[in-house]
Amino acid sequence: MTLAGREAFARQWAGAVTGTSYVSLDSDELVGHMLALTHLLVDSAVAVDFDPSIPRRIGADLVAAHFTGTETLSESLAMIAERLGALAVESGHADWHCADRRCPVLTARIARISGKLAAGYADALRERTLNEQEAIYRAGLLARKQAEQALADSEARFRAMFTEAAIGIGIGDLDGRIVEANPALLRMLRYSAAEFKKLNVNAMMHPDDAASVWQAYSELVRGERDHFRAEKRFYRSDGGEIWTHLTVSLVRDEDGAPSYQVALLEDVTERRKLQARLEYQAYHDPLTGLPNRALVSDRLSRVFAAPAAARRIGLCYLDLDGFKAVNDSLGHDVGDQLLIAVASRLALFSGPRQTVARMGGDEFVIIVEDSRNEDEVIALANDVLSALAEPIQVGGQELTVTASIGIVERPVAATSQADLVQAADITLYWAKSDGKSRYAMFDPNRNESQVTRFTLSATMPAAIERDEFFVEYQPLVRLDDGMILGVEALVRWQHPSYGLLDPERFISLAEESGSIVHLGRWVLARACEQARIWQDAFGEAAPFVSVNVAPRQLHEPGLVADVVAILTSTGLEPGRLQLELTEQALMGEETGPLEALTKLCGMGVRIAIDDFGTGYSNLPYLRSLPVHELKLAGSFAVGLRSADPDPVDERIVATLVNLAHALQLTVTAEGVETAAQRDRLRALGCDSAQGWLFARPSAPEEIDVLLRADAPLGGSGS
Amino acid sequence: MTRPSWAPDAVDLDHPSGARVYDYYLGGSHNFAVDRRMARQAIELWPDLPQIMQANRGFLRRAVRYLVGQGITQLLDIGSGIPTEGNVHQVAQAACPDARVVYVDIDPVAVAHSRAILAGNDNADIVQADMADVDSILRDPRAARLIDRSKPIGVLMVAMLHFVPDSAEPAKILRRYRQMMRPGSYLVVSHASYEGRPDQAGSHTELYERTPTPMTMRSQAEIESFFTGFDLVEPGLVFLPQWRPDSDAELDQPERFTGYAGVGRRE
Repeated sequence: MTLAGREAFARQWAGAVTGTSYVSLDSDELVGHMLALTHLLVDSAVAVDFDPSIPRRIGADLVAAHFTGTETLSESLAMIAERLGALAVESGHADWHCADRRCPVLTARIARISGKLAAGYADALRERTLNEQEAIYRAGLLARKQAEQALADSEARFRAMFTEAAIGIGIGDLDGRIVEANPALLRMLRYSAAEFKKLNVNAMMHPDDAASVWQAYSELVRGERDHFRAEKRFYRSDGGEIWTHLTVSLVRDEDGAPSYQVALLEDVTERRKLQARLEYQAYHDPLTGLPNRALVSDRLSRVFAAPAAARRIGLCYLDLDGFKAVNDSLGHDVGDQLLIAVASRLALFSGPRQTVARMGGDEFVIIVEDSRNEDEVIALANDVLSALAEPIQVGGQELTVTASIGIVERPVAATSQADLVQAADITLYWAKSDGKSRYAMFDPNRNESQVTRFTLSATMPAAIERDEFFVEYQPLVRLDDGMILGVEALVRWQHPSYGLLDPERFISLAEESGSIVHLGRWVLARACEQARIWQDAFGEAAPFVSVNVAPRQLHEPGLVADVVAILTSTGLEPGRLQLELTEQALMGEETGPLEALTKLCGMGVRIAIDDFGTGYSNLPYLRSLPVHELKLAGSFAVGLRSADPDPVDERIVATLVNLAHALQLTVTAEGVETAAQRDRLRALGCDSAQGWLFARPSAPEEIDVLLRADAPLGGSGS
Repeated sequence: MTRPSWAPDAVDLDHPSGARVYDYYLGGSHNFAVDRRMARQAIELWPDLPQIMQANRGFLRRAVRYLVGQGITQLLDIGSGIPTEGNVHQVAQAACPDARVVYVDIDPVAVAHSRAILAGNDNADIVQADMADVDSILRDPRAARLIDRSKPIGVLMVAMLHFVPDSAEPAKILRRYRQMMRPGSYLVVSHASYEGRPDQAGSHTELYERTPTPMTMRSQAEIESFFTGFDLVEPGLVFLPQWRPDSDAELDQPERFTGYAGVGRRE
C-alpha cells in the first residue's frame, strides 16, 4: 500500500515534469528516477529530526539529471505542496507520527523540505551553469588559440620561405618604393637591406631594357594587368650587371584596388652565358673558328625569308684541290693545320655583307649578301684564289694549295635557298672537272642538260613500270628481192615532260645506271610477244625479230634464263629471235658472255654482231664465236651514198662481205637511204639491208600492213 | 585584402553558432550571450522550439539504442555539435560498453569542447571536418583508429542535413557516404521541415540566415530521397516523436514537432 502510493506519486511527478526540461531518459527510466527521489522526500518528511541535506540533494539531483528548466522546479514544488503531506501520513513512522496531513508540524516540515529542495536546485543549477560557461569559454579560447597558433605557424612558414628562398623576392608599393626584400634578392643585387629600401623600382631601369617591360610595369601599377614576366638586366650595387627572369605580380585589397606589388627574380646570368656559348658552338666550326654549315643555313634562311624585290645574292663554293693527298701523305695533323691556315686567309674576306664559313672537310663557302652583279663575285673569287696562291707554312714545310670555286650569283627572288646551294655545288664540280685551280660560273644551259640526264636516269625504273616505253620495228630487207626478212626492235620513250625520246637519248644513261638490264629484258619480252603474233599470222613468211643486247646485259648471269623464259612464255620459235651484240661486248677476259652465247646459239637463237667495222673488226676472232650475222655500221653506207662512191669504202665493204661469207656469216648493211647505196651493196654481195630507203622504224600495225602487202620494199624489185 | 587561402580561419565568437544555440534550446549553458539572444528570439517566434529539440534528442536516443540493438557498434555522428546530456557515445556505450563513436563537426569551439569532454574515453573521438568532405573524414587518423570500414557502421545525420543547402548537392554527398558504408550499415536522419508548421518555418529560416549555418527546410518527399539506396526501417519517415516511441504518451499532436525522422538500412 505504501509502495503503491509512492509509485503513484512518482508517476504523477514524472508526468508533471515531462517536457519541462531536456533529459536523456525514456518514460520508464524517468518514473524510476522519480521514485528514487520520492523515497527520499517521504523519508525526509517523516524523519524525527529534519535533515536539510536530503531535500537539498534532491534539488541537486534534478539538476544533475539535466532538469535544468525551471518549470521542472516549479512543477516539483507544486507536487510536494499538494501531495507529499498525504503520502507522509500514509507512510507514518514509529517515532514521529502525525495522523493528519494538515498537521501544522507536517505542514511546516513540508515547507522546509520545499525550501531546502529549491535551495539545493538553485545551488546546483548555478554550479552547473558556471561550470558549463567556464567549459564553453575555455573551449572558445582553446579553439581561438589553436586557430591563432595555426595562423602563426602558417605565417612562420611563409616568413621562412621568404627568408630562405633561393629566388629573390621583393615587395614594393605602387609608387615603386621598396617595402621588403628577402636575403636572396639582396645577395643577388649586392645591397644591404637598409640601402635597398632606399631604392625605387623606377630607378632600376637598364638601358637595354625592352620598352615592353616598362610598359607592362606601368600597366601593372595602374591595376590594368595582374602580372607580367620578362627577362631583364639589373645593375648590382658594385656596377656589375645580372640577367634575371623577372615576374611581377600585383596584389589587390579586399575591394580589388591595387595595393602593392611583389617581384620574383631569378638570376639567369649563368644560364644565359651558357646559352650564348652553346649557341656559338652550335654555329661555329671548332677547328677553324669559322661559322659552320648551320650558320650558313640560318643566314640564307633569313635572306630567303623576306626576299626584297631587287635583292641579289652571291655564293662562292670553295674546295681545296688535292686536300685528301695532303691528309694521306702528311697526316691529319698537317691537314688540320692547313685547314686552319686556309681558314685564316679566307676569314679576311668576311665583312658586313660577306660571311665566310666552313661547310665541312675542305669545303668553304662565302656568302655575298646584296651582291651587285656577277662581276663582283667573280672578282671576289679571283681575290680568294690569289690569296691562296701564296705558299702556306705548315709544320716547318711550305705547302702550295689551290682551290676550285663554284660561283652562283642571282636575284634572291628568282631562286630558292636549296636551288642556290645546289647550283653552287654543281658549279664547284664543273670547276673541278674543268681542270681545278679555277672558278666556274654557273651556266643554266650546261646545268639543264645535266639535269635532264640526271632526271631521265633517275626516273627510268619508274617509267618502265608506268609503261612509258614502247617498241617500234624497222624491217631488214633481203637485197636480192626486197622482201622483209626480219625486223629490228627499237625502243622509244614517251616521256611525260620531254616528249618522245629516241634510244640515243637514254640507252647510254640506262647502261650507266644499270637500268638497261631491266629495260632490255622488257624490250626482249615485248619484241618476242610481237614476233609470236607475226609467226601465227604469217607462218613461214613471218619475220625474225632482232633485239639489241647491251654489254651489261650480256654480263648478267640471268640472260640465258631470261631468254628461255620469254621464248617459253611467248611460244616464239628460237630461230625467229636474233640478238644483236656489239663487237666490244665480246672483247673481254670473262668467259660468262661466251658461254651464254654458245648456249643461246645451241637453242637456235640467231646472234648478230652490230655496228661491225667500228671497233677492232677482229674477223679471225669471230671465227671462234657462235655468230650468224654481221651488221655493217651505218658509216660504210655513207661512203657508198653518192653516185660516185669512195673506192676505199667500196673495197673495205667488199672485203668484209667476202670474209664474212667465208666464215659462213650473212651480212646486213645499216643506214641505207638511197637506191644507189642499195645497188652498190647488192653488187658487193651484201645479203640484206636496213634503212629509211625501205622503211622507218614503225608501229607493229604498220609492219603488219607491209607484211600483208607481200611486196618488195625500196621502190625497186630489181 | 581577403584572407589568403593558406591562412586558417579565425575563430569567430561574435556571431551565434548553430551548435551553441541548439545547446541553449536544450537547457544547456554551453553558450554565449550572442547565442542566447538569437535562441530567445527564435523561441519568441516559435515557442515549441525547445520541445522540438527535445523530441529530436529523444529520437537520437531511440535510434542509437535501435542501432546497437541491431548489432551496430561503430557510429559516425555527423554534425554532433556541443556535447550535452545523452550524448551518442553515452547512450551507445550504456547499451554496449565496446561501442565506438566518432563525432564530426566543423565548429572549432564545439570540437574543442567535445575533445575536452571525451578526454579519457578511448572509444570516442571527434574529427573537425566539413561533412561534405567524406574522404578527409575517413582518412583522419582519429576516425581511422575507431572505425573499421570492413564492417557495417551507423551514420547519424541528426538535425544536420537542413544545414546543407541544395547548392551543396546533399544527394551527392549522401551518395559518397553510401559508397563507403558496407551493406547492413544504417543511416539515421532527422530533418527540419515546413510541412508540420508552414506558418513558422519562414521566419525561422530567416533567423538562421544570420548564423554561419543557415537552414534549408525540406518536404517529406525531399527528405525521403536522401535515403536512396537504403531501406527505411519501420515506421518509415515520420514526425520526430512517432519514430518507435517509448510510450504512447509522447504522441500528442506529433505535427507540432515539424521535423521528420527515419532510419535506413544499406541494401
